[in-house]
Amino acid sequence: MQNISKILLILISILFLYGTSYASDDVNQETPKILKPGFSFEGPFGVFDRSELRRGYQVYSEVCSSCHSIDQLSFRNLIQKGGPEFSEEETKRIASQYTISDRFDDYGELIERKRLLSDRFPSPFPNKKAAMSANNGSYPPDLSLIVKARVGGHNYIYSLLSGYEETIPEGLEVSGILSYNPWYPGSAGIAMMQPLYDDLIEYSDGTPATINQMAYDVSVFLSWVSEPELEVRKKMGFVVIGFLIIFVILMYLSTRRLWKEVH
Amino acid sequence: MNNDYEYVPKNSFTRWLDTRLPILRFTNEHILQFPTPKNLNYFWTFGFILTFFLITQIITGVILAMHYAPNSLLAFDSIEHIMRDVNYGWLIRYAHSNGSSMFFLAVYIHMFRGLYYGSYKEPREVLWILGCIIYFLMIVTAFMGYVLPWGQMSYWAATVIINLVGTLPIIGDSLTQLLLGGFAVDNPTLNRFFSLHYLIPFIIFGLVFLHIWALHVPGNNNPTGVSIQGKQDTVAFHPYYTVKDFFAYIVFLLLFCYFIFYNPNALGHPDNYIEADPMLTPAHIVPEWYLLPFYAILRAVPDKLFGVLLMFGSIVVLFFLPWLDTMKVRSARYRPFYKMFFFIFVLDCLLLGYLGAQVPEGIYLLLSRVSTFYYFAFFILIMPALSRLEKPNPMPIGISNPAIDQNARLD
Repeated sequence: MQNISKILLILISILFLYGTSYASDDVNQETPKILKPGFSFEGPFGVFDRSELRRGYQVYSEVCSSCHSIDQLSFRNLIQKGGPEFSEEETKRIASQYTISDRFDDYGELIERKRLLSDRFPSPFPNKKAAMSANNGSYPPDLSLIVKARVGGHNYIYSLLSGYEETIPEGLEVSGILSYNPWYPGSAGIAMMQPLYDDLIEYSDGTPATINQMAYDVSVFLSWVSEPELEVRKKMGFVVIGFLIIFVILMYLSTRRLWKEVH
Repeated sequence: MNNDYEYVPKNSFTRWLDTRLPILRFTNEHILQFPTPKNLNYFWTFGFILTFFLITQIITGVILAMHYAPNSLLAFDSIEHIMRDVNYGWLIRYAHSNGSSMFFLAVYIHMFRGLYYGSYKEPREVLWILGCIIYFLMIVTAFMGYVLPWGQMSYWAATVIINLVGTLPIIGDSLTQLLLGGFAVDNPTLNRFFSLHYLIPFIIFGLVFLHIWALHVPGNNNPTGVSIQGKQDTVAFHPYYTVKDFFAYIVFLLLFCYFIFYNPNALGHPDNYIEADPMLTPAHIVPEWYLLPFYAILRAVPDKLFGVLLMFGSIVVLFFLPWLDTMKVRSARYRPFYKMFFFIFVLDCLLLGYLGAQVPEGIYLLLSRVSTFYYFAFFILIMPALSRLEKPNPMPIGISNPAIDQNARLD
């Protein structure tokens, strides 16, 4: 054991060094510190809150989905464990609201059909060009991985969505079609107009729809969309690491006993 | 080596087999009974750990290849297909991506161990050189693997590195086209990188056998650096080191599992979750953490070609260590000055890694230059100088004999 603690110390300090070096590289000096309202799925035992996920889904489908796709998500994902866990009937009903034309009839004509559980969520635009032309030349990014694809993750999404400001600080130039958001990297303006306003939607569970509430809920939903395996992963990790801790104790005792006669 | 152990086949089948394919004899002599110095510390467990990580990478990699589509139009989505639709696909992919980080972490400790205890010195030069080849192939494999998810960092890291190859005189242009399969990073690049990323690990696997073979001719070095003198200095590899190494492996596995299950994306860059876009350059292009020191060396000098040569030179110089450090005393335990410079070197490498992630301006650029200078000076100036000038401390006669060797000081 004389130097295993030394090795561990080295490992931890290396990881710490590199963990912080990336972060310091990417956080823009001018942007304020990202807000951390605290989320239920943080930490090693954190799980999603079903009602937050469902409200977040409502925000996505009533607000975000008019411009942003979630290409990687299938309707069936809404049923699976660790997600919003909608009932099968409810999800089938949601899916059937959308159509898709992906096969031909016997005369070679495209058939339009209702979407099924196995289908993906539809995109609001037929292609990237159409999306850009409808949004002043900016492409609204797909949100399937948005939480993993941004420094700060879900806290960044929350800060951005709740952080639009009317007044532009002096000395900053933000062109007419852009909006000012202090959390957007570079701060020169973001193409997305402020998407959330108080009481923009009416939550089906009666929760007051404030900007912060909607930003929070949709951040939870998008976190799940980015990492649908999160709950399964953490649960499995608990079992695996628990097993390994018992195993490592046994291995340590075996090693010590075996080597006693040698030293 | 001392051959006071002998494999005796116990039954008629093993006797029959032994005269036809002596695989059990081989296993017995090289794994079970192999005489290993009894004073190895935990820094010597990383060879075992690395073998397991190579196997983990190959198994997870083979499974990933069953679901991955090496086509620039499909690659990014096929990774998400693995993450979302394949049963436990997220586990396999996170194990593979974090596994490469763990692999490099272990190999760096393994290499620094060799550097500290003089494991590259006579008679282990070939062993060390094989290790350097393995390390170089690991870098190539990891770099190609990083391109496969076809995210923004994949694409732009490939663009940056392949452009660097183009700065080489004479062969630069044709080599660039050969790597790219065209004039820019595109589908042909992805295809060949996938093919090579699948191939090279098996070459590494073969080299690992040569590495172990080259280890088993002179036997292990040990913390004193004094050669084995007899049976009193050694124990059988099994059970003594199989158990001890396995214990260390499980400790390392705990760290690995922490990353897989609780922080799977901590060591990656968020930009790689954005699909590659040739029209949009990320703000900062950075490689994976384990290649950052080389990236810092590359950017430390203003001339592109000189930077490239330095970057490759920083690996090439490792091959010459046995002839740069000619001091007979192996272990830094008995070399106070070497020990000091060695620890500065370790800090220097860590600093280079940190600087690799920063924008090379102002103080960062200056620090990159100083630490790049020290990196090379350590090998090219300090090592040969210390070999001549340093007076080693008194050393024990043998591993089990702590008495001071009077003759050793006369060297």
